[in-house]
Amino acid sequence: MWDALDPVILARAQFAFTISFHFIFPSFSIGLASYLMVLEGLWLKTGNGIYANLYRYWLKIFAITFAMGVVSGIVMSYQFGTNWSVFSDRAGPVIGPLMAYEVLTAFFLEAGFLGVMLFGINKVGKALHFAATCAVAAGTFISAFWILSVNSWMQTPVGYEIGANGQFLPGPSWAVIIFNPSFPYRLVHTVIAAYLTTAMVVGAVGAWHLLKDRANPGARRMFSMAMWMAALVAPVQIFAGDLHGINTLEHQPAKVMAMEGHFDSHPTGAPLILFGIPNSQEKRVDYAVEIPKLSSLILKHDLNAPLAGLDTIAQNEQPPVGIVFWSFRIMVAIGLAMLSLGLLSLVARARGKLYDWPLLHRLAVVLGPSGFVAVIAGWVTTEVGRQPYTIYGLLRTSDSVSPLAAPAVGVSLLAFVIVYFSVFAAGGWYILKLMAKPPQPHESAEPVEHGPIRSAGITPAPAIEGGRS
Amino acid sequence: MMGLDLTVIWAGIIAFAVAAYVVMDGFDLGIGILFPGFKVGSERDMAMNSIAPVWDGNETWLVLGGGGLLAAFPLAYAIILPALYAPLIAMLLGLVFRGVAFEFRWRDPAHRGFWDAAFCAGSLIATFAQGVTLGALLQGITVVGRAYAGGWWDWLTPFSLLTGISLVIGYALLGASWLIWKTNGPVQGDAHRFARPLLIALLIAIAAVSAYTPFLEGKYYQRWLSYPGVMAAAQMPILVAIVGYLLWRSIGGRRDGLPFMLTLMLFGLSMMGLAISIWPDVIPGRVTIWAAAAPVRSQIFMLVGAGVMVPIILAYTAWAYWVFRGKVDESGYH
Ligand code: HDD
Ligand code: HEM
Ligand code: HEM
Repeated sequence: MWDALDPVILARAQFAFTISFHFIFPSFSIGLASYLMVLEGLWLKTGNGIYANLYRYWLKIFAITFAMGVVSGIVMSYQFGTNWSVFSDRAGPVIGPLMAYEVLTAFFLEAGFLGVMLFGINKVGKALHFAATCAVAAGTFISAFWILSVNSWMQTPVGYEIGANGQFLPGPSWAVIIFNPSFPYRLVHTVIAAYLTTAMVVGAVGAWHLLKDRANPGARRMFSMAMWMAALVAPVQIFAGDLHGINTLEHQPAKVMAMEGHFDSHPTGAPLILFGIPNSQEKRVDYAVEIPKLSSLILKHDLNAPLAGLDTIAQNEQPPVGIVFWSFRIMVAIGLAMLSLGLLSLVARARGKLYDWPLLHRLAVVLGPSGFVAVIAGWVTTEVGRQPYTIYGLLRTSDSVSPLAAPAVGVSLLAFVIVYFSVFAAGGWYILKLMAKPPQPHESAEPVEHGPIRSAGITPAPAIEGGRS
Repeated sequence: MMGLDLTVIWAGIIAFAVAAYVVMDGFDLGIGILFPGFKVGSERDMAMNSIAPVWDGNETWLVLGGGGLLAAFPLAYAIILPALYAPLIAMLLGLVFRGVAFEFRWRDPAHRGFWDAAFCAGSLIATFAQGVTLGALLQGITVVGRAYAGGWWDWLTPFSLLTGISLVIGYALLGASWLIWKTNGPVQGDAHRFARPLLIALLIAIAAVSAYTPFLEGKYYQRWLSYPGVMAAAQMPILVAIVGYLLWRSIGGRRDGLPFMLTLMLFGLSMMGLAISIWPDVIPGRVTIWAAAAPVRSQIFMLVGAGVMVPIILAYTAWAYWVFRGKVDESGYH
């Protein structure tokens, strides 16, 4: 039954599926690790037990998220070879070392200190424990650094030479390869995305408990912290996104055309299409709602600047428009919603109603999962928008694939789908169960009687309850 | 080429990563394999707790093995992974189940039995798949040009099944001897009981794999059974027998750490044997390390990173093990 299917499509589906699932976890754990670092740092600095309580509350959730991030990540490091072996052979000399650096500088750091972070406070003391938390947080960031450098090099390849055997070989400078033109934008935009995603989750959990009990001190503190994050960082993210788009216009114009839905060139200022249904057959956007000249203003900072459309790109060089167009709009809409939430929280603060404005809390609950949606939508824009290439302009996706039979890829795809949905759904459920409990004044590290070895608590409770919470 | 060949250094580093992986993740996979042998409740908790703080670090060596292969020998990575598609995917899925079980079993007492089973099955599948992978590599894979050219069932032979079973036995013995070292009471008692039969089974498995290997490939035959290889070949069984005997005696002896160390020596000897068979190929009998190597610029760039980072990693890994030194009890390390 598999023989009717194209192994290339199956391999792409498998890669897209496994990477999308993987990225859900880092986009939460990058932010959460930093949040834990801040909480523990504040606790050490102020001695206020509320921070220790919040630390222990979120640590349990972090442990589950991290475990799922690790197991789905190990899959990724083999997907390159199992599904994209030609790509691995050709690009290995350039991207391989960057990924090796990721393992050496990030993965070992996270994994090595995670045990101490989760289980070690009674063994190493507060200062060293804080150092372990910082090491894990640093590890998550370094990991993002390297893998985004790899991805960005595939989007905007520079600094390479082509070998006699067809391989991409590194040129004289590794700095040129690592800091390729799209990397700084992608790094900033993605790391902020992880912080916002975490802020939305933390804010939603705080808001959920405030709706039931406005006095819960832990819920108040986490909600307030999350809303500061949203108010301050959402505008930065939109700004960063704008710069990212302008950079993409320079290096991958076809991607931006697809994002904007510009089938035709506009010599005297292009409109911004808010909504519409891209019709690739007829090469137009049906039912378009558009604002004249705005697109030129955003991308070129000039109302009348000409913008080329997909009519200038050869048919076999065009990305699929519909997916890119829509995923981009989902991301931007969520970004604007996050901005609104941040602004509303500022209004609430000014009026002294941050903790007793149910409408705001409900909005925060609704936006809780929005970061994950935005992140996936953003990546779909990025990755589908660079089609039909894996290494932009140089190596086509159809030429990158492993010499595999459709049944092999199909069966394994099916296995991944079944296993991921069941295992990660269970993990998500456990996380929701933890979140459903309000933070307690004496938050234990463990909700069940026979806990794992951190059952004694992250710190002996009396030591930390000094401050009022 | 320089005095010391970079490609050889990189082969050494990858071999080191794989060896580190085998011994470190080996014992925690082994505990997963033995898991049903422990009583539900405090015994299983203790077995699990003895590895909870270190399993993630142990598994990272697998990522270094895979990532390092892509970086240092991209051609080998590109040929081996499609050739071993099915066992590798099975291994990854097995690792998913066992990895999450570390957290999930505590979160959901109502389904703890299920996650315990997942922990065991995941460990078993991952180990068996790794053993099959080794066997499939040794028996040779079909290469045409720069790509794998066989079918997707080629890996499945009696020999690869044999290596799969052997590795399961070997990891189980590592796990048992780790528990002898790190636990007390009934768990340690169980581990003592498991260790001796596992040792016998492992020695049989080593003998069977060693006897089979020379007949897989002309090259192995020459290397092992003609002069001067036969000199080394003659030493191996003697060394294995000596270590096996010492290990037998140490089980139940006074020094709890000794069985683990001796099991490591047994693994060390087996890996040396493998190295003698394979060297200097990265895909046995098909592709040498030089043919698959990344260019010098990639090798140097990574060597700087590895030279700085590997000692640091070893230092803080040792520190983490040190933090959790001593015997673990039911509720963990106190
Ligand atoms: C919380 C998540 C989040 C939010 C609110 C936004 N983005 Fe984003 N965006 C991402 C998360 C993200 C991402 C997942 O992190 C991507 C995928 C690849 C990348 O570099 O970042 C991304 C990619 C991405 C790209 C594609 C760049 C390329 O492929 O070359 C553009 C043009 C933008 N974003 C622009 C924006 C704008 C204008 C936003 C606001 C209105 C916005 N993003 C909000
Ligand atoms: C930063 C590391 C990443 C790297 C190195 C990477 C690399 C790749 C590669 C090699 C492919 C297959 C070739 C292709 O179809 O173009 C691909 C496709 C894809 N990736 Fe990524 N990716 C990364 C991150 C992500 C993330 C985080 C997502 C999250 C959603 C994602 C979503 C996709 C999708 C949806 C496709 C399929 C596109 C298609 O086939 O049409 N990628 N990526
Ligand atoms: C194809 C691309 C990718 C590969 C091959 C990959 C590989 C891996 C591996 C092997 C792990 C487990 C590390 C361990 O053993 O501790 C992991 C975890 C992680 N990855 Fe990825 N990854 C990819 C994409 C990404 C992206 C796009 C990001 C972020 C921008 C990212 C960030 C992380 C982080 C922070 C972790 C730590 C675990 C966690 O936080 O959940 N990865 N990844």
